[in-house]
Amino acid sequence: MFNTIKALVEQSAAYSSVAAFMVATEAQNSGRTPAQIRAIMGRNLDVMAQSIDEGIQGVKSVTGLTGGDAKRLHQYLENGDFFLGATVLEAVQNAVAVNEVNAKMGLICATPTAGSAGVVAGCLVAVTKKLALTREQQIDFLFTAGAFGLVIANNAGIAGAEGGCQAEVGSASAMAAAALVCAKGGTADMAAQAVAMSLANLMGLVCDPVAGLVEVPCVKRNAMGASQAFVSADMALAGMRSVIPPDEVIAAMDQVGRLMPSVFKETAEGGLAATPTGQKLRHQIFGD
Amino acid sequence: MAKEVRFHSVFDIIGPVMVGPSSSHTAGAARIGKVVRNIFGEQPERVDIYLYESFAKTYRGHGTDIALVGGLLGMDPDDRRLPDSLRLAHEAGIKVTFVPKSDKVDHPNTARIILKKGSRQLSVLGVSIGGGNIQISEINGFKITLAMGTPTFVTVHQDVPGMIAAVTNVLSAANVNIGTMTVTREAKGDKAIMILEVDDRRPDLTAAIRALPHVDNVTYFE
Repeated sequence: MFNTIKALVEQSAAYSSVAAFMVATEAQNSGRTPAQIRAIMGRNLDVMAQSIDEGIQGVKSVTGLTGGDAKRLHQYLENGDFFLGATVLEAVQNAVAVNEVNAKMGLICATPTAGSAGVVAGCLVAVTKKLALTREQQIDFLFTAGAFGLVIANNAGIAGAEGGCQAEVGSASAMAAAALVCAKGGTADMAAQAVAMSLANLMGLVCDPVAGLVEVPCVKRNAMGASQAFVSADMALAGMRSVIPPDEVIAAMDQVGRLMPSVFKETAEGGLAATPTGQKLRHQIFGD
Repeated sequence: MAKEVRFHSVFDIIGPVMVGPSSSHTAGAARIGKVVRNIFGEQPERVDIYLYESFAKTYRGHGTDIALVGGLLGMDPDDRRLPDSLRLAHEAGIKVTFVPKSDKVDHPNTARIILKKGSRQLSVLGVSIGGGNIQISEINGFKITLAMGTPTFVTVHQDVPGMIAAVTNVLSAANVNIGTMTVTREAKGDKAIMILEVDDRRPDLTAAIRALPHVDNVTYFE
């Protein structure tokens, strides 16, 4: 097992890829065979793809607060006139789709959490098209993301209630960035740099859900996490490095999360939740 | 300072497949409910759920109440019936109450679940640590650490001499090593609960343990 990014990068050098190292580690820890482990990940992949398809059709959340934006973005993409590159905008559309399905109590794959489930899935499905990834390469993408995610989870955390949105969308963006680097043929060290740059850029992000619902601002924060993953991946592939080493960035994120006031940690008492409109929506939805 | 390793599997990070909207407040809550139901071993007549900190403040928006009850009915986090759990519990004749508390606890996503049936009562403290992962930190007032992801047997049995030896003999004969073990009881000579975390995935041993005299119920989960 690896408990640091440094160890993950070093130990994976003995394998064909970070993904192969993750599968071998999982096999050793769980007693399952690599084939069984890849099959479980394959089911996760299928649920991710289904939730994107469902969201793009147009859904509405239980409260009516969110929904329909993935469909809107899809139409905008079809029109062909936009600022971002098509792959990044598709990732944004996909990320919004997954989180709209999540908000309506639909079936999703938590990655690393439900509130941030759109980021890795959204990037993966968009890049699958761009790089023509095979099913096995898509599954590898998820193992790479999971390997880096494990280190972040064990050294900082992935719950908004513990560390704010940086722990959820921040972690997801870092995981996606690392997997994008490896999918494009970058090294494990480049992937580690992409992790550090994503986490550093999203550090301090608060969790301030309006009415305590995983809707506002969560859906749009997934769009941001997905786009930052591409920014970090391209920076790392260009050879840019994080001045602060990845493991120190994770420790800093842990400290920021601990010191963050609880009003910004999924209690719906601060930030956007505490605005006049946020309070009004809470009253409308719950009558208190 | 070395940090406690709380996440052991890649599927703690990529997964679970679940009904939304929150891995900690919905999927984690459903898992807590299901584990608590397994420990109790039968359908309760009454359930009192005390919610703390973030659970107390946002449980309705995240469907934490719905998910805890779904779990108590035996549902997994990806069960599409979850959104209907409160109605299903009512139809099953289970009386459920929710009490948001303002007390400080060790972790922000904490629930105390008290189940009752006749004279039986079980109190469990469950914690949702993120990404749908959970820990059980107290049973009937005893502090324990029970991390999900580890193969675990839970028995409900009569509190008579020889039960621990009988159960551990089954595991020993199958060459299964026990990692941790917790034994607690409701009252002397009444019902007792044994929780065994083991090193191998052997759900097939459940039947052999259940066949032992004085064992009421055995559940296996990982």
